Amino acid sequence: MKSANLVPGKEQLISLFEQFREDICSNDIPCISELRTKALKSFSATGFPTREIEEWKNTSLINSLVPAYNFYFSPFEKKPDIDTIFRCEIHNFETDLFTQLNGWYLYKQSPVTRFENGVIAGSLSAAFKAYPELIKKYYGKIAETEKNGLTALNTAFAQDGIFIYVPDNVVIEKPIQMVNIVDIDESIFLQPRNLIILGKNSKLTFVYCDDSIKHETSFINSCTENFIGENASLDFYKMQNKDSRSTVITNNYFKLEKNSNLISNTLTFNGGLIRNESYVSLSGSGSDAKVYGLYLVDREQHVDNQIYVDHMVPETTSYEQFKGIIDDNASAVFNGHIHVCRDAQHTEAYQSNKNILLTDTARVTTKPFLEIYADDVKCSHGATVGQLDPEALFYLKSRGICDRNAKMLLMYAFAGEIATKINIGVLRERIDAMIVKRLKGELSICDQCVLHCKENEAINFEIDLSKI
Amino acid sequence: MDPLLEIKNLKVSINNKKIIKGLDLVVNAGEVHAIMGPNGTGKSTLASVIAGRDVFTVTEGEILFKGKDLLGIPVETRSREGIFLGFQYPVEIPGVSMTNFMKTAVDEHRKYKGLPSLSAPEFLKLMEEKKKMVEIQSNLTNRSVNEGFSGGEKKRNEIFQMAMLEPTLAILDETDSGLDIDALKVVANGVNKLRRKDNAFVVITHYQRLLDYIVPDFVHVLFEGRIVKSGTKELALELESKGYEWIKQELEK
Repeated sequence: MKSANLVPGKEQLISLFEQFREDICSNDIPCISELRTKALKSFSATGFPTREIEEWKNTSLINSLVPAYNFYFSPFEKKPDIDTIFRCEIHNFETDLFTQLNGWYLYKQSPVTRFENGVIAGSLSAAFKAYPELIKKYYGKIAETEKNGLTALNTAFAQDGIFIYVPDNVVIEKPIQMVNIVDIDESIFLQPRNLIILGKNSKLTFVYCDDSIKHETSFINSCTENFIGENASLDFYKMQNKDSRSTVITNNYFKLEKNSNLISNTLTFNGGLIRNESYVSLSGSGSDAKVYGLYLVDREQHVDNQIYVDHMVPETTSYEQFKGIIDDNASAVFNGHIHVCRDAQHTEAYQSNKNILLTDTARVTTKPFLEIYADDVKCSHGATVGQLDPEALFYLKSRGICDRNAKMLLMYAFAGEIATKINIGVLRERIDAMIVKRLKGELSICDQCVLHCKENEAINFEIDLSKI
Repeated sequence: MDPLLEIKNLKVSINNKKIIKGLDLVVNAGEVHAIMGPNGTGKSTLASVIAGRDVFTVTEGEILFKGKDLLGIPVETRSREGIFLGFQYPVEIPGVSMTNFMKTAVDEHRKYKGLPSLSAPEFLKLMEEKKKMVEIQSNLTNRSVNEGFSGGEKKRNEIFQMAMLEPTLAILDETDSGLDIDALKVVANGVNKLRRKDNAFVVITHYQRLLDYIVPDFVHVLFEGRIVKSGTKELALELESKGYEWIKQELEK
């Protein structure tokens, strides 16, 4: 197994790449290797983002770049049994399950499979050589490596991830779930890369979960490119349930063709430092993007959501809604940038970010940013930061409900709205339950954390009428 | 036996403004008291202070409930001990369903009494029973607490919650305001069905109208932070015909 241990500075990473170039490129086709060289050059120009960059003003990577991490350039020889390590909160939910363990795609039979209906799914690394035409056409085409140092770094180093191709006119009813697990007794630096391609009139629901099992320091710098063909639709759910010693960076790129639809929903339940960037290019008329997010953070956690929606052509629509509850000393950032190009008439764009701060030391920075170059458009935005309504709290408590449960009911009412946006009933119920568990401090991550002990056991209040 | 509620020389202020200026009241089990009086004389303040709202400061006096000092006890404990406040302006709480709300409340009351939580079917049966009792037909219980309810629905919902929690002392703060005569009857019927020998009601109202349906044992007139006149139900009729000016003039004599 090829590996190295180092503190990830810019120079160190560049020489690390040179040292392991052969291993990193071992599954490449020429265009991938070319991209790597180009991306490494970009990274050597930009380096890691610092707070001097406007978009990084409120998030600092300094502490995340202090420890030494292990880098692996070949898969682990010992392949564990997926079922014994898999503990995702939404398991048993009907999905086709794919797993990534410590950055490497896990498979039982073959690394990449072509199904009867033409769908291809599996390891990206295996797909390089198996489907070079698709790779050449799509890989690295929307991921922005010139300005985004982290995407550049990922492009240079990434060796594995998930690859999904849905051909024209194929509708996949059953959601595909990808679980990215970190389970290792040492600090690890991972750079997963995913590529999702939807042909014309196709449909896919994709659930991406970031989970950790061991609680060592980790740094995940992931990048996903999503191509949504004409009249196709993608539902992209991202669940983040990481321990407090993890740094998670996700750069998600979406390109929407004519009359296509995207629903993206990012749910952050736990993590140390989380930075999610979503770039949505509405490049075909009639395309529509709905970008939702929920973050529930406490202790010293930090979550930063950056959304960039680009209305490139006329008649496109976007709707953004992010909500967050910030407890203890945690902090949150929301930056919503809507860009409307010069000729993108009849654009409709809406953006909303609502936050509840539970303590005096919790912080949030929210910044809507509308950049409009067309004159016949409808754009609006709104942001709120507040506390739980004292009138509502008094009302609930006057009926005998304790302070903790009264707050729980109000927090759940606030957060639950994002779960109602989930189209698949089963998934919606699971996530709803997860929100409740998280608010009660009962998620597995919380269970194992010594810092966050459960005092006063709350009384159950959920009662689901549909189940009676 | 101790009276259910005993208020002695109560003085209450908010932001240094005196609102209740020495009030005495005794309510025994089985009684219905009406408190009347013009606007801004401290009726709602009295109700809020008994329920435990902390924006008010009690500067003097005491409130005893079943012989125990009530001041300093948190609002939720007062509720579990048997005090219920019917709000003049029930709060809308989007996203919290009536079912979750009431299930939580009922379970916390039961826990306080050392009883196990109700199962979901048991709870739903109880809700249906009480809905019938207060003549709620709609499935208001699936909706968010008071959200989008009409004025009448909100007041009915207060009576419904009272029926669910079966308090020993219910204070209804202008539950009749804004109700048409049919809704008023429904609310009054609900109260009458819940009247027992071991509980009591304090009904705060502007108008005699409600007292045609909820017949009080005692009527008190609250004026400038004090109870200035007490009597039986006839006093309410007298107030209705003579107006509050009459009380003012009597006081000036």
